[in-house]
Amino acid sequence: MNFWQTILPVLAALLLAPLLPGVIARVKAAVAGRRGPPLCQLYFDLWKLLRKGAVYSRTTTWVFRAAPGIALAALLCALPLLPAPGADALVSCSGSMFILIGLLALARFATVAAALDTGSSFEGMGGSREVQFAALAEPAVLLALAALARASGTCALGGMFAGTVGPLWQTAAPAVGLLAVALGIVLLAENCRIPFDDPNTHLELTMIHEVMVLDYGGPDLAFILYGAALKLWVFGTLLVNLLVPWQDAARPLAGTGVLIVGLVAVAIAIGLIESALARLRLLKVPQLLLGAGALAGLGLLLIVRL
Amino acid sequence: MNHILDTLLVILLLSCFLLLGTSRLAAAVRMTAVQGFMIGLLPLAIEGGEIRLRVAILAALIAVLKAGVFPWLLMRTVRSAGTTHEERPLVGYGLSTLLGVAAVGAAFWLDSRLPFSAEAHSKLVVPVAFSVMATGLFLMVARRTAICQVLGYLTLENGIYIFGLAIVSGIPMLVELGVLMDMFVAVFVMGIAIFRISREFDHIDAAQLTSLKG
Amino acid sequence: MTLLLTALVVWIAGGGACLLAGRNRLVAATVGSSTAILGSVLALTGLVVGLRLPVELPWSMPFGHLALACDGISELFVAVAAVVTALAAVFGTGYLRHAPDRKPFGLAWCLFNLLTASMVGVFLAANAVFFLLAWELMALTSFGLVMFDHEHPGVRRAGVIYLIATHLGTALLLVMFLLLGCECGGMLDFDAFIAGGYGPEVAGVVFLLALVGFGTKAGLMPMHVWLPEAHPAAPSHVSAVMSGVMIKTGIYGIVRIIWILGSLPSWCGWALVAIGAVSGIGGVLSALAQRDLKRMLAYSSVENVGVIALGLGIGVLGLDARNPAMTTLGFAGALLHLLNHALFKSLLFLNAGAVRLATGTTELDRLGGLLRRMPWTGNTFLIGSVAISGLPPLNGFAGEFLIFLGALTPLLDPAVSGSTAALTGGLTAAVALALIGALAVACFVRTFGLVFLGEPREAARAEAAQEVGRSMCLALLLLALMCLVVGICAPLACLMVLEAVQQLAGAAQLDLDTTRFLEPLVFVSLTALAVIVVALLLFVLRRRLLRGRIVEATVTWDCGYAAPTARMQYTSSSFAQPILRVVRHVLTAHKRFAPPRGLFPAQAAFASETSDVYEERLYRPLFKKIESLLGRLQWMQHGKLNYYILSIVLALLALLAWKMR
Repeated sequence: MNFWQTILPVLAALLLAPLLPGVIARVKAAVAGRRGPPLCQLYFDLWKLLRKGAVYSRTTTWVFRAAPGIALAALLCALPLLPAPGADALVSCSGSMFILIGLLALARFATVAAALDTGSSFEGMGGSREVQFAALAEPAVLLALAALARASGTCALGGMFAGTVGPLWQTAAPAVGLLAVALGIVLLAENCRIPFDDPNTHLELTMIHEVMVLDYGGPDLAFILYGAALKLWVFGTLLVNLLVPWQDAARPLAGTGVLIVGLVAVAIAIGLIESALARLRLLKVPQLLLGAGALAGLGLLLIVRL
Repeated sequence: MNHILDTLLVILLLSCFLLLGTSRLAAAVRMTAVQGFMIGLLPLAIEGGEIRLRVAILAALIAVLKAGVFPWLLMRTVRSAGTTHEERPLVGYGLSTLLGVAAVGAAFWLDSRLPFSAEAHSKLVVPVAFSVMATGLFLMVARRTAICQVLGYLTLENGIYIFGLAIVSGIPMLVELGVLMDMFVAVFVMGIAIFRISREFDHIDAAQLTSLKG
Repeated sequence: MTLLLTALVVWIAGGGACLLAGRNRLVAATVGSSTAILGSVLALTGLVVGLRLPVELPWSMPFGHLALACDGISELFVAVAAVVTALAAVFGTGYLRHAPDRKPFGLAWCLFNLLTASMVGVFLAANAVFFLLAWELMALTSFGLVMFDHEHPGVRRAGVIYLIATHLGTALLLVMFLLLGCECGGMLDFDAFIAGGYGPEVAGVVFLLALVGFGTKAGLMPMHVWLPEAHPAAPSHVSAVMSGVMIKTGIYGIVRIIWILGSLPSWCGWALVAIGAVSGIGGVLSALAQRDLKRMLAYSSVENVGVIALGLGIGVLGLDARNPAMTTLGFAGALLHLLNHALFKSLLFLNAGAVRLATGTTELDRLGGLLRRMPWTGNTFLIGSVAISGLPPLNGFAGEFLIFLGALTPLLDPAVSGSTAALTGGLTAAVALALIGALAVACFVRTFGLVFLGEPREAARAEAAQEVGRSMCLALLLLALMCLVVGICAPLACLMVLEAVQQLAGAAQLDLDTTRFLEPLVFVSLTALAVIVVALLLFVLRRRLLRGRIVEATVTWDCGYAAPTARMQYTSSSFAQPILRVVRHVLTAHKRFAPPRGLFPAQAAFASETSDVYEERLYRPLFKKIESLLGRLQWMQHGKLNYYILSIVLALLALLAWKMR
């Protein structure tokens, strides 16, 4: 396996992840007839935040100060596990899909603990909703990845997509479509996009992810924003890998190029969804996530029956 | 493997999940319409390349009836009955969806025990037929509004039709037409009945029909 | 083996010596804890030296020899017992120092040491009679310890429930051993058991009896009702031993039976998976619904025992499908999780004890903000919480990871997937495990947040709270360190359970597939290291960025509301409400709601309580039914002694007549 082929996607993630929220914002603005913020707005924000001081609540402890770093560390460690279209992952081992799930859960634990550390009822509410959504989303992710594991014969994320997805699209297109929809729903839920959570809302009662990080500023907030962009990248990569039936990438640049183009497309799709849909009533969210689980389970069933 | 056929069948399955998961009657009726349309397309997908006139006519007839006439009738009933939502289902929507998944699993298991799939056009036909039937039965049992029960009946019939397609290649047209006729009458009668009931009693809650007994 | 025997003798002798101390707190604690620790050190040394000569002493007991043997399975369990009891004893010296005077301290330490001895006796027993005697001694000593605070009616009730439950379980075990003995020509030695061959029907019946009988002790879900009563009632260091080790004797029994029976029909594996999934999901949901720290930890024990059962189920399914990888991964995952759970659950129970000492309560909604006042307790609790949630840098992840891998093995390998049982069982286990993992995160982040973070909900309590004594901190710290070390050195820890796994697989003539799990585990520990290093780097980066800049302290942003109070924080029930709402049909909460009325409402109240579903809907009606049925026999209870004696004589005559027939 070519070294560059596997390390390029990781570098791309580190450098380009903050671009995705920019793309989404631009798409939403365009649909609404506005010009919107610059594509690189998040880079500017990060640069500005990294140069600031910080303000902490007197209630908080070291947990609050360490949480953004821990969450970001978990996401950074997840990056080498991800494959690029047609290529293996930088770090590939049997069962890396469970490591990915575990790392995401660690990031969640840190964020929610920090939210509870502020003693604010709003942040507690955000944390409570976050863990609820995650509890329902996790089985869906597992089922979707298990279906791919079945098709590829490995549960290493690296080997799961390359060379499997292409034939699978030919033999079981409906099943792969179901998996893609399920992963898409989970992507929206995990990244707190509409219809689960409105990242643009300014009413604390209705926020989920944003409300958990209300008390952060300065470098900590920069870590959090960067981490959120990376999380979008992680889920987006899984989705792109599933949707692009790329057979082999002999040239290192090609796989990464496809990945980046695919991710931008995913971001555009998210922007369109956010423009077209309204937020779901909170009571309906579990149903949608259960639905995602049902779709993934159905996809798995179809692939097992092949 | 027949791609179009499989896609149609998966859409049918999904429509079942949506039927189980929605509380809005209008949405449920629309979902049955989609189902009807897919059912109409099924014989064409099975035929594949050359499409005979007889099959085409049958398909068109089914599609028009199941995706056009029935939904239209039912929609009218929904509108006139003044009920937009299934208010208190006997089984909640989340649980219904989960049971739907379980039913699909059971259908696949049942299929692996039965000899039908070997001669079917796609491995999916028989399990999908079972799941659709199960959905229909479940709707009739677990919902209170008469509309939902009619929808359950329609779904059940769709399942039986798919099953028929799976095991018999080319149903005699006369039988098929007879079935369609039956259904048409049934839906017609039920539509009128529901309309009457709702005008008489201000609700279409079938559970309360027990008050009619002597 | 000599060292192990010496350890047993030290425990028993220490227990006897404690009795002499009577109510003298200091003497009892010194003698009791030092013998407990000495015994543990001896036992651990014995395990390391590892001379395993089976011991057999003559014994005037029908069918019973005093037969002790130590194999790979026993070794693992003995090691767990020795480590946990030693640290619990260290904690206990400090913990009981704060108990009121005039308590029978000598008796308590005696029971503690005897409990340790009896648990090790259970693990070492090689004869059914001796096993049952040790088993019964364990039940009685732990019952005595649960009743330590017997002044409270709640504690007495818990003790009685525990006693009844454990004896019902033991009755089934008696039948099981007799059945095995009948099959083996009247021998009750384990050697004879394993030498015998069993038909699928006998194996199935024995397995079912073991599952219910041992499952009662282990706290598997329909039989768990005693657990959330008894564990919170006991003193915390005893709860730690009970949750960390004693319920593992139930798992030990199931493992032993799997080993004895060798190959089991596939439905046995399925039964384990099903009961594991029910216990796991039900346990964690019930834990989420609790408002008391120790009760919540008790339910979480039910959850973790469920996870272990899932692993064992995968292993049994693997045996049935003749798949080495699945067997190895399932058994190794289960046993590794057992080891891990012993570490972090005893840590968490000890933490709960420290919280109770410092604040006088374990009610979640009265606590808060303790991390500043009790840094050792708080930070070790955080480590325990992350570990029990199964998150990467700590040990909880490794065990669940192996079970996951084992569960998906039949999916990956077309050769195995022909077996529908293995495929569906594995998938069920994997989905259940994913759900359990995510819910455990919710449960423990909630608990840690409510107890240690935020503002104190009752200021006076938090003001008075102080860090607990040095010996208690030492115990907490050592357990937390072990969680960390096992997490980072996962492959090494797995080598510890390897021999037991080998033995289990060997009993069914199956080879191990060690590469399948050692290699991924290396990656797990690398991930753990990477996460820690990257997080530290980011922490340093943040420190450097903030150096020389203004870092202010202010109040928490409360959205423009100027007078927030600590009582406005999220509570235990409000945090769990969204999740519990989804399962409200299964886990019904009893609500008492007095809504505010009128223009100037003076009072309003809301309270919700989630009781145990099985107790409420299964056991209570069942026992009521039994009671009313037995009530019809009440005419026999007339209080006339001569009639009683007459009935005894008649019964004896009837038996005689039946025998002479």
